[in-house]
Order: sequence, then C-alpha cells, then structure tokens
Amino acid sequence: MASGVKPRVKVPKKASAGEAITIKTLISHKMESGQRKDSDGNLIPRSIINHFACTFNGKSVIEVVLEPAISTNPYIEFEATVPETGTFEFTWQDDDGSTYTESKDITVG
Amino acid sequence: MKLSRRETLLLGAGAAVAAVLPLPTYADAVADAVAAFTGGADVADGGVTVDAPEIAENGNTVPISVSSDGAESIMVLATGNPTPAVATFTFGELAASQSGSIRIRLAQTQDVMAIAKMPDGTFQKASATVKVTIGGCGG
Repeated sequence: MASGVKPRVKVPKKASAGEAITIKTLISHKMESGQRKDSDGNLIPRSIINHFACTFNGKSVIEVVLEPAISTNPYIEFEATVPETGTFEFTWQDDDGSTYTESKDITVG
Repeated sequence: MKLSRRETLLLGAGAAVAAVLPLPTYADAVADAVAAFTGGADVADGGVTVDAPEIAENGNTVPISVSSDGAESIMVLATGNPTPAVATFTFGELAASQSGSIRIRLAQTQDVMAIAKMPDGTFQKASATVKVTIGGCGG
C-alpha cells in the first residue's frame, strides 16, 4: 500500500427525494506516472490509482478509469441523484492491488 | 569498460539509426486511443462540452470538466501527452448529469479532447485548447 493515502469525500447530509447533489472526492496519492526519472536517470515505477467507483445503495452512480495523466491527489467531482435515504460507497483501486473505501450517509427528508 | 575504436564506431552507427527510425507520433497514439474507444465508428463534432482553462500556468494540475447530456461514457484525451489517455467516465443509473470534473497533467500546449459514447452507439466529440506554461510530465 502506498503510504499516506487518505480518501476525503464531501456529500451533503440532507437532500430532498430525487434531488441532484454534487459530490466532491479527493484522495491523497502521489500518482507516480511511470515516466519520470530519478536523479540517477532510472525510471520511477508507475504507481497510481487506476479506478474509482461510486455507488448508492448498491446502484452505480459513476465509474472513472484513471490514467497516469491524472494529477497528484486525484480530485473528482460529479453529480448524483438521491432517490431515498441511504449510503454512498466510494472505492478507489491502487496499482498495487489495494483498495481504499469511504462511505457517507445521506438522509432524505 | 574501455571501448575499442571499432566498438565506438558501432555504437555511433546504432545511435544514428535509432535517431533516424520513425518514432510513432503523438497523432498516431491519439488515433489508436480513439479507435480503441469507438471501435472504428464515426465520431461527430459537438454534443460534448469541455471546460478547460485557456492558459494553465502549471501543467501538473489543470482542472477540466466534461459533460454530455445522455452520454453513456465520456473518454478524455490529452492529444499532446506522451500517452494521450487521461480518464474515462462511465455513468450509472443514479448519475444526475453526465458530467465530471477532474484535474489532469498536460505535458505541453495542446488540445484536450472528449469523446462521448451515446446509448444508441454513436459517438460525439469536442476539444478545447489549453496553453501550458510549465509542462507537467517530469523530464
């Protein structure tokens, strides 16, 4: 697992049924592109988050495939519809096989 | 290691050949990436919005956003990067809008292209030019 990886997500706590809300996600990750060289001229091996997914109560909201051209600390913003009270699940997949998850509850009222 | 005169000449010849051999250009890589996404289908202009800054001082983090009403998925390409692929958004049933924002790396001044796949199997594209002052892909 790459060190210091910390997912952060911003989701409103409340929404009305069927409302479109904006979700902002950020995960701290160095996103080493595999194209840079160290001071000795050796390639630094690639190490990035390659996949992000968001689901709400098991239903898919968005999936993003990330390539090395994504900046350090990948930030993704998108909009989701909230039909009912439930939980957003966020999943990031690392090149080294580890998975980082975060979940946020939202209340419809 | 000490090189003899003959070995030195050989090395020089090899380097010259390597320099002359046509390297795959960025344009080819972009065409390949597009073909991999569309499967060779025609891509129409319009129907997609690409929001990108006109001038990016730092190519390491360029905020862009793409949207295309009703799209199934959107692929983002940086046409002037060593590897053009940037990201692919796939929208699920609970996506409120077919849009997404992300921060990307750009190696040089170039066009950022977005290709949207529609549910009926057609493809649409749009691009935006970004001027990059300092490239963001390392040296």
